[in-house]
Amino acid sequence: MNSAGTFAPIAARPAPLSTHGVSGWIRRNLFPSAGSSLATLTIIAAVVYYLPGFIDWAIVNAVVRPDNATCRALDDAGACWGVIAEKYRLILFGRYPFAEQWRPLAATILMLAMVVASCTRPLWSRWLMLAWVVVFVAFFILMRGGVFGLSAVETDRWGGLPLTLLLSTIGIAAAFPIAILVALGRRSHLPALRTICIVYVELIRGVPLISVLFMASFMFPLFMPQGLTINVLVRVLVGITLFAAAYLAEVVRGGLQAIPNGQHEAAASLGLSYWQTQRKIVLPQALRLVVPSIMNSFISTFKDTSLVTIVSLYELTGSVALALSGDANWRPFFLEAYLFIAAIYWIFCFAMSRYSLWVERHLNVGHRRD
Amino acid sequence: MPEPIITFDKVNKWYDQFHVLRDIDLAVGYGERIVICGPSGSGKSTLIRCINRLEEHQQGRLAVDGVELSDDVKVIETVRRKVGIVFQQFNLFPHLTVLENLTLAPMWVTAVPQKDAEERAMAQLTRVRIAEQARKYPMQLSGGQQQRVAIARALCLTPKIMLFDEPTSALDPEMIKEVLDVICELADQGMTMICVTHEMGFAKSVADRVIFMDLGQIVEQNSPDQFFSHPQNERTRDFLSKILTH
Repeated sequence: MNSAGTFAPIAARPAPLSTHGVSGWIRRNLFPSAGSSLATLTIIAAVVYYLPGFIDWAIVNAVVRPDNATCRALDDAGACWGVIAEKYRLILFGRYPFAEQWRPLAATILMLAMVVASCTRPLWSRWLMLAWVVVFVAFFILMRGGVFGLSAVETDRWGGLPLTLLLSTIGIAAAFPIAILVALGRRSHLPALRTICIVYVELIRGVPLISVLFMASFMFPLFMPQGLTINVLVRVLVGITLFAAAYLAEVVRGGLQAIPNGQHEAAASLGLSYWQTQRKIVLPQALRLVVPSIMNSFISTFKDTSLVTIVSLYELTGSVALALSGDANWRPFFLEAYLFIAAIYWIFCFAMSRYSLWVERHLNVGHRRD
Repeated sequence: MPEPIITFDKVNKWYDQFHVLRDIDLAVGYGERIVICGPSGSGKSTLIRCINRLEEHQQGRLAVDGVELSDDVKVIETVRRKVGIVFQQFNLFPHLTVLENLTLAPMWVTAVPQKDAEERAMAQLTRVRIAEQARKYPMQLSGGQQQRVAIARALCLTPKIMLFDEPTSALDPEMIKEVLDVICELADQGMTMICVTHEMGFAKSVADRVIFMDLGQIVEQNSPDQFFSHPQNERTRDFLSKILTH
């Protein structure tokens, strides 16, 4: 009621309902246009056509018991999940001595627990770094043995899931700080430093990971002085780290470029030094912007570790081949075995991508207006 | 004229081939309040940004509070502690709360303990009348509030000189006054300040001296009375006629 001179604000009302039940939802989301309707129908047809066959193979006709004769009698009509029950210890722990396999199991659980702890925000503190050092030491003692009455197991016997986890966690953890330094170096005002960083990134990006691993494994020892050898696992770790760091550096650089110059100027005018500016102002904002791409790189690195098979380190993928190649009876059921490790990879990668979404949501304070 | 705190002596600067500052001679006295105006691209911002070395000059001498500016990192650090600057685009740190924006430099640059830094920050926020927003993030504030936070942030390092680089140009009209009021109060308290602005009302009421720049040169400088009533130079008259007609 606005009469002359007075202003009466209209009270806020709730927004009108935007959904109209199930049929409305279906129409809006599945059949909004001719093209979308066609796509929906195609997908439904594909599912109707292929799904029953897959269910027959994977569930109805499948053999779950590790019974080789029954499996062979299936003649591809059903899956032989028995191969997993038969071979899971070889797949999960590779050539690690059978009687000692509680050690890689304990090491794996320890490592996974530490990864989960690191992802938990209340635990983010300086102590986490120390805890990681302790966990890595414990991991090596458990795996390597030779102390505390544990029998010694050389690194070439390590394999399966613990090796995959070791390669990817150390690869990722070491690549990240290197990537940040290289990204900063590429933006440096010092020409020599900038050139070194550019050459490093372009050189590594220009070759496949396999060739880096080959060089680390076979060529590098040729250049070492006589009598000095560095463990192949260490060499491969360095290779993976340098490879991952080059890609990650470009991701970080993308984030750095998105920070407006005014932030640098404000920091400079307040007297902050170069490193203070990077640490307190630029990196916290830049890294936040590229969380999805960073996680993309991490997931790539995790899966890339499967390539170390070619230099005779039998991580998860390699140990499947190892488990089947030595046993003619079970060799035909490689598909089931690979589906098994595919599921393991998928669980890890899916967890990583979900975590990435969580990080994005919880770190973007200050960029939202609420 | 009081003893100068800032002295420009034949200062020249180029951006590549573009001669942006040409033979600048200027002495700013302790407690003096200067407004610089002029058309865009005349070198006003560059001139004040040379004072805290956000830009470097290539010829001539520039001294701030007895320290001559050079490439020496220590010299630059020393000068930056004496000089606070407020930018057109505020340049607050969006990932930090208002309070953290204010305590960052005191804690990391001058090693003030957190508790003291926070007390000092709250005092400055009270001074710019925004203490109740201390826990918010910059993006949650209006432009005028953000600019007042930016002023408080610069004041937390207790500068001897404050530079304002078009502090109200990025603001909605209804927020200009709240920012200018804060700057006026600072001026009343005797702070040496140089303000690049087109707010001529502000210049008239606050400035001791108004400087007009064009094409990288100081064309004319005078007291506000004389400057606005009897502009000497044709370029000044032309400029004033353009900005004072409405």
